[in-house]
Amino acid sequence: MGWDAKKRLTSTVVHLFLILGSICMITPFAWMILTAFKTKSEAISVNPFYIFPASGWHFENFVEVWNSYNFVVLYKNTLIMIALRVLCACLTATLAGYAFGRLRFPFKNFFFAIILVQMMVPGQIYIIPQYLIVSRLHMMNTQFALLLPGAVTAFGTYLCKQGYQTLPASLEEAAELDGCNIGQRFLLIMLPLTRSSLVSLGIFTALFAYKDLMWPMIVCPQTNATTLTAALSRLQGQFVSNYPQIMAGAVMAVVPMLIIYLIFQKQFVEGIATTGGKL
Amino acid sequence: MKKKMTPRQRTEAIWGLCLIAPTIIGLLILNYYPIFETVWQSLCKTGDFGKGNTFIGLTNFINLFQDKEVFSTLFNSFKYAVLSLPLTIFISLVLAVLMNRKMHGRTVYRTIYFLPMVCAPAAIAMVWKWMFNQDYGLLNHLIGTKISWVTDPTIALIAIVVVGVWSGIGNNMILFLGGLQDIPKDYYEAASVDGSTGIHTFFHITIPLLSPTIFFVVQTGVMGALNLFDLPYMIMDQSSRAWPSVKTITYLFYEYAFERSNRGYGAAIIMFLIAIISIITVILQKSEKKWVHYN
Repeated sequence: MGWDAKKRLTSTVVHLFLILGSICMITPFAWMILTAFKTKSEAISVNPFYIFPASGWHFENFVEVWNSYNFVVLYKNTLIMIALRVLCACLTATLAGYAFGRLRFPFKNFFFAIILVQMMVPGQIYIIPQYLIVSRLHMMNTQFALLLPGAVTAFGTYLCKQGYQTLPASLEEAAELDGCNIGQRFLLIMLPLTRSSLVSLGIFTALFAYKDLMWPMIVCPQTNATTLTAALSRLQGQFVSNYPQIMAGAVMAVVPMLIIYLIFQKQFVEGIATTGGKL
Repeated sequence: MKKKMTPRQRTEAIWGLCLIAPTIIGLLILNYYPIFETVWQSLCKTGDFGKGNTFIGLTNFINLFQDKEVFSTLFNSFKYAVLSLPLTIFISLVLAVLMNRKMHGRTVYRTIYFLPMVCAPAAIAMVWKWMFNQDYGLLNHLIGTKISWVTDPTIALIAIVVVGVWSGIGNNMILFLGGLQDIPKDYYEAASVDGSTGIHTFFHITIPLLSPTIFFVVQTGVMGALNLFDLPYMIMDQSSRAWPSVKTITYLFYEYAFERSNRGYGAAIIMFLIAIISIITVILQKSEKKWVHYN
């Protein structure tokens, strides 16, 4: 067998293998979407030929779930929560990251230890007291409650610090000679250069907020105050064994993020590669 | 001794302290104060809304060590970790190695394998619950069986592992791909000059040079497994007879702290779990020196 033929054979085998895997990955999504368009009796029919909705595509499931769970409110809550968390986390982290990465100030090592220790302590230890903070402030079922645990981020600060540290010192020295103060140097020169670590942090924060189930379940038990993810656990309880409607709810919960991902997939993948995707 | 700061240094110090202030104050309120409160609560019998805590010493911990459910749920979490981690690592490593070359459709494959990462686990769980359905689920349909995936206590955990592996391989594949691309080409060239091929190169060049990434994946994987909450919660019926065989320790914490309003005991469970996590972390760090190679 010639070298070229051997190479082609390897490539074909690799592709076959990867395609097989891809099918395994896509099947649950396809099954979710297909089921969402079926009637209940079609969904539980044992006939394997009913892979596609037999009596046409039924949009009623979506309408019904949409109406009984105010999805407009759920989308709005989720979107605001994600926006607030990304904004707060990126803002506080980039400020602190710049200070830790580039400035000299008293007790710097002590303050940085505060960052590092928070990253090492497992997250569940914070949940009960954080819940008590929310409930003592009478802030249950509010956007404030959803934002709270993500308002600042030790991990993000660490990530931003790494970004600032790799930039050459000469950049700032030149700006200083030109008469820029620290604020100007940070805003005009350094901040734009760490854009990629900020994008990674933003994506990481957004995904984490979107996927989290326990926190919204605890602090926002009311259906009109909660997030998409937490509403799903309710929905499953209400439409017991009405799988087309449950799947319609799942489709509505995952599709927006899937679309955003397909558009910005390069940034998503880079974001995971740099943050380690510690979700 | 510190000398008096020049005006320039003073400006820099003020800027520095102001810039870190939001983060540090936030962490003190949201994370550091909670650490102490959780420790305190684990020593208390707690009333509603944190009021009326009565100090009861180590009673919660004494009860905890006699509580069979604490150990059975911890065991479930461990079983999940032991079953899912090697499988996830193996599959994602194979995928990463296969895709670490110039080839058509690389981006497409990457996009597909990564899909579960951008979906809420709650939604993924619902879809799989439907796939697992004994009578009408796609899985039994395809293999032509009548396995009761999520109601049989002996295989329910396997079902959870399947979902966990399915959702985790994309993430780890990306991390491995990143690690593989950092390996300098010279290593492979040198190896092939020495007559090393395929499998041999993989075990003697690729694996050692990838070991920092593997270590990171193992470490975060163990933590993730011990924190597992949403998949079993959403896939299983809490009234099902299989539930005790998949109930995780994090769920037990949630149940005591927020459903039974026994926060003191919940806090004690968390302290216990954190002790376990610390021990595992120390063991992993110790083992790191033996098998992880940093250049």
